[in-house]
Amino acid sequence: MDKPELKDFTKPESIRDYPVGPSFYGGHLVSVNSGWRTFRPVVALDTCTGCFRCYLVCPDGVIAKTEAGKVAVDYDFCKGCGVCAHECPFSAIDMVKEDISE
Amino acid sequence: MIDTRKNESVFVSGDEAVALGVRLSRPQVISAYPITPQTIVVERLSEMVEDGSLDAKYIHVESEHSAMSAAMGASSVGARAFTATSSQGLLYMAEGLHYASGGRMPIVMMNANRSLALPWSIFGDHRDSMSMLDSGWIQVYVEDAQEALDMTIQAYRIAEDPSVLTPFMINLDGFILTHTYELVEVPRQKEVDSYLPPFSTPNKMSLETPKSMGFSTSPADNMEFKYQQHKAMMDSMEVIKKADKEFSEMFGRSYHGLVDCYQCDDAEYILVTAGSVTGTARVAVDTMRIKGIKAGVLKLRFMRPFPEQEIRNILSGAVSYGVLDKDISFGYEGTMFTNVNSALSGSKNFPRGMNFVGGLGGRDISVQDIEEMFIALQKCPDNAYGDYIKSRVSFVNMGVNINE
Repeated sequence: MDKPELKDFTKPESIRDYPVGPSFYGGHLVSVNSGWRTFRPVVALDTCTGCFRCYLVCPDGVIAKTEAGKVAVDYDFCKGCGVCAHECPFSAIDMVKEDISE
Repeated sequence: MIDTRKNESVFVSGDEAVALGVRLSRPQVISAYPITPQTIVVERLSEMVEDGSLDAKYIHVESEHSAMSAAMGASSVGARAFTATSSQGLLYMAEGLHYASGGRMPIVMMNANRSLALPWSIFGDHRDSMSMLDSGWIQVYVEDAQEALDMTIQAYRIAEDPSVLTPFMINLDGFILTHTYELVEVPRQKEVDSYLPPFSTPNKMSLETPKSMGFSTSPADNMEFKYQQHKAMMDSMEVIKKADKEFSEMFGRSYHGLVDCYQCDDAEYILVTAGSVTGTARVAVDTMRIKGIKAGVLKLRFMRPFPEQEIRNILSGAVSYGVLDKDISFGYEGTMFTNVNSALSGSKNFPRGMNFVGGLGGRDISVQDIEEMFIALQKCPDNAYGDYIKSRVSFVNMGVNINE
C-alpha cells in the first residue's frame, strides 16, 4: 500500500527556508502518534476472511494488506478507537488492553 | 455597458467604481454577503457575472464569515478572489481575517467604513476597520471614487507580489464615498491586463504537488510564521511605492505612495486625516492660508503598513500637529493618533500633538470644524501632555455641552 513514510524534520536554520505561511508538501509524517491508545485491535487471522471492511471504516487509515493478503494494523498510528472491532462482520478483531508497564 | 476597450469617463458611485475596478482585475471567484453601505458593489458584480461581462464564479454565501471562508478556499487553489463587507459584517468575519493573513492568501476586500453597534447605525466612521488593524491585512483609506477604482487594481498587484502575499483591505467612507456619484475615468482592459498579470503562486493546493495547507504548529515554529507576516508587511512598503509609480506611468494618476501631502512644505500646523474628509481639510487649509496661517494636510493613505518614516519627515518640521480620528479607543485616544504619535516619538523635533475625534456614527465634519482645529493647534499648549488624555483628546462638533 502507498503509505507516507516517517521522515525526520530538521528545523530550518534560516527563516528563508520556512514555507510561506503554514503549508507544506502533503504526506510529510514526522512523528508516530499512538500514545493515547488504551485498547489495541488484535486481528484473529484464522477467523478473518480478508473482507477488508476494517480498512474501509478505519478513520486513521492504519489498516493495510500484507503481501500474503492478510489484514495488518499499523500500531504506530492506531489510536485504539475500536471502530474496526465493532464493524467486523466476523468478530475477528478483539480490543485488548494495552499493558502500560511495557 | 461600459466599453473597457477605450478610455471612458463614467458617472458612478464609489461602490460602482470598486465594482468596475474588480471587473478590470479579472477575479475568478467573488463571494460576498450584502450589507449597507457595501451592497451596491455586490449587486453590480453579480450583474456583471450574470451578463457575462465578468468571467467569475459568484458564490452566494449565508454570512460574512462564509464569504471570507469561501474567498480563502478560492485563494488556496490559486484563484484571484474578491469580497466586500462593512461594519458588523467585517467583525463577523474577524477570525477569517487573521486566518487569511496567516495563510498568506492575497485576497482583496472592500470595506465600506461604517459605525459599530450599539447604538445601531448604518452611517460612517472608521471604528470597524481600525479595530481590525492587528489582523495582518494591508489597509488603505481612499479619498474619492477614482482612487477607489485605481486602488482596487493596485491592491491585487501589491497583495499578490511574491514578497508580500498578504490580503488587502480597501476602505471607503460609508455613504460619503460609497453612495456619492463622481466622474470616474475607467482604464482600458488591455492596459490593466499588462499592469496586472494573472495571479500565479506555488503556494497553493494542486494535484501535481499535493500540499497540506493551514496546519497547526507547536510553539517551536509558530513565531517564525508570525515573523514572516511582519516582514512581508514591512516589505510591502516598497511594493506599494513601485505599484503607484508604475500605475502613474501607465494611467497618468499617482497617489504618492503611503501618504499624500497638501501644503505641508512650509506648514506650521498640520492636520493628519484619512479618507474622504481629506478633501474638506484641503478647503480648510486654503481658507487658513488666506488668513496667513500656515496650515497643511497630511493624508494618511495606509494604516498598515504604517508609514513611520514619511510621517516623521513631514510632521517633525511643524510647530504642532493634529490627528482627526473617526475612531476612539475608549479610555485612551484615537487609534490613528496613537500610531502617529508613536511614529514621532523617535524624532529629534517632537511637535506638540492634539487628537480630534469626529465624525462618529456619520456626524458631519465641516470646513468650519476643521478651521477650528487649526485654530486650536495654534493655541496648542507647550506641553499637551500636561493634563494627559483630557487635554489632547477632544470630541469635535458635539451637539451638547460636555463641560460637566
